[in-house]
Amino acid sequence: MLQLNVSKLTSAGPSSLLELRPGEQGILDRLDLPAEVSRRLMELGFLPGSPVVAARSAPGGDPCVFRVDGAEIAVRRETAARLMLR
Amino acid sequence: MAIVGLPNSGKSTLFNRLTGLRQKIANYPGVTVEQRLGTARLEDGRDVTLIDLPGIYSLAPRSEDEQVAHDILTGAMPGLPRPDAVLLILDSTNLSRQLMLAAPILALGLPSMVVLNMADDLHSRGGQVDVEALSRQLGAPVALVSAMQGEGLEPVYRFLAARGIAPAPVELPVLDDVPHCREWAARIGHRAAYQAPAPPLWTRRLDAVFLRPLWGPLIFGAVVLAVFQSIFSWARPLMDAVQSLVIRSGAWAGSLLPDSVLRSLLVEGVWSGVGSVLVFLPQILLLFLFIGILEDSGYLARAALIADRTMARVGLQGKSFIPLLSAYACAVPAILATRTIENKRDRIATILIAPLMTCSARLPVYTLVIAAFLPERPLLGPLLGTRAAAMLGLYLLGFLAAFGTALALKSSVLRSERASFVLEMPPYRWPSLQSLGLRLLDRAKVFLRRAGTVILAVAVALWGLAHLPLHDGKLPRIEQSFVGSVGRALEPAIRPLGFNWKIGVGLVTSLAAREVIVGTLGTIYGMDPHARALGLQRALRQDLTPVGAVALLVFFAFAMQCMSTVAVVRRETGGWKWPLIQFAYMGALAYAGAFLANRLVGWA
Repeated sequence: MLQLNVSKLTSAGPSSLLELRPGEQGILDRLDLPAEVSRRLMELGFLPGSPVVAARSAPGGDPCVFRVDGAEIAVRRETAARLMLR
Repeated sequence: MAIVGLPNSGKSTLFNRLTGLRQKIANYPGVTVEQRLGTARLEDGRDVTLIDLPGIYSLAPRSEDEQVAHDILTGAMPGLPRPDAVLLILDSTNLSRQLMLAAPILALGLPSMVVLNMADDLHSRGGQVDVEALSRQLGAPVALVSAMQGEGLEPVYRFLAARGIAPAPVELPVLDDVPHCREWAARIGHRAAYQAPAPPLWTRRLDAVFLRPLWGPLIFGAVVLAVFQSIFSWARPLMDAVQSLVIRSGAWAGSLLPDSVLRSLLVEGVWSGVGSVLVFLPQILLLFLFIGILEDSGYLARAALIADRTMARVGLQGKSFIPLLSAYACAVPAILATRTIENKRDRIATILIAPLMTCSARLPVYTLVIAAFLPERPLLGPLLGTRAAAMLGLYLLGFLAAFGTALALKSSVLRSERASFVLEMPPYRWPSLQSLGLRLLDRAKVFLRRAGTVILAVAVALWGLAHLPLHDGKLPRIEQSFVGSVGRALEPAIRPLGFNWKIGVGLVTSLAAREVIVGTLGTIYGMDPHARALGLQRALRQDLTPVGAVALLVFFAFAMQCMSTVAVVRRETGGWKWPLIQFAYMGALAYAGAFLANRLVGWA
């Protein structure tokens, strides 16, 4: 019996903010973070459904800067990895 | 009346414009948040008291800043009545999002005015808003101003002068539901015909340079070097000038009085106490000038970004970098500089480790002991001699102690989530000179008043201990004073470290400030440390073995011997708990370190 993992075949794009290349845009789906941190990020503009663009990161790659809702916000890599895209 | 707004909304610039020189900074008890009060003079001559609240993103009390703002606005802050009215400052270039804060503020039911700041940026980048429509939507008066340029402020003054009326009831969103709040804010903005301005081009361009892989760190390094140089070297001529002014004026005042106990108290106690406070001012002002420019222009956020990776290795964050670097010159301005760190735990951790960085006051002590016990020989050819190597070793020791302590603290007592590091990158802006100038004046006043009174009190107290009890109405020799008795009492405790009672006396007097021990030893041995430097070194060798010398150096590397630092830590952390913990910890570290050094070197 063959079972094709369809999602693996079709999803080729970035799954989290961390994987966005500079200048690339994605739509935020959910924040896999503790409530406190989530809320703070939402207040800053990281709302599910918002478009997020990866801006420059610090030299060395950590933290990374994202353009969202009219502002530029820097978060560490671990955080960006848990901000999931649609 | 309270002024509230998001961080980077130019709130403080407006506060400065409204209150000018009539400001007062204090501390809320028990927290690290500052209280800024000011008085605005209205056209009809009346005065209005304004309180500048910390920049917040919402009123949900999560951080200390938000807790304080929430408490003040709801009247829950002890000692402060509930404000009669609120000025909400929003950045007009990002209005859709910033309006989110309007919801909880209007929900308070206080007479409020919404001030849309940065009108100059808004218009120059092609944005616009219908102020009337917005006012109708929000049920509160709205003003479009530029605090930096001082334009559009008349409605604000009118609001301050009028007896405010509560905002008209308007449909407000569920405050706890952030997405809902955001939608509400977007709707309001839309109905007010808000047109967002074009993105800040210059900010993007500058960031392309400042955050480049190679140029970014290089520029950062240059900035950091400039900050360090300013407090290490450029402040020096100013500090020397202040010092000589104090000494000369003290001598002149002393010459007016007959030789007596009173004269000694005045000149050597009070005057030198005052001098030891004033001498910090050039360093503090220079450091704050730099930090003010970096912060207001927006570059500080980028600098924090570049430094973050290295600092995160010990559990700190990028904003700790400049304070810790400044600590190499002096911990006092460094601790004041930790203001820029919003996260309370990171801030306290930085404050606690700052005095372990080798400050410049340790240098005279290091120099004396190293010169007395280590002959100068080339170690790495002409590049490095033994004495310089010893000095560098001590610098390294301080650095390791600081970062080791940070690691220990941040893994246990002051742990905070790595993911909680979030930093907004504000658009670059020209700093306002008026704002900067007023802030510098504030810092100077605050330092002089708070830390200054403590430092002065301790200086006089130590004078008392060193010059009393009187023998036949004459000043005692140092061995006969209280300090001498304490030194002798300490001797059994410090003998395992290789110290005798004379060093003990020095340790006690140097609790005020590290370099005092040099003068104290000079007094004990009857030799002026500058005029008879070699003689003092020889005398020292009589009483201290090389092993004891190493232990003494280690002791000075770790111990907290600076009442100015204690005073500042007390002020910045809002209580005695942390400075006492810090003092005890560093004291224990110093004793253990000196003991170990004594055993290890003695055995080697």
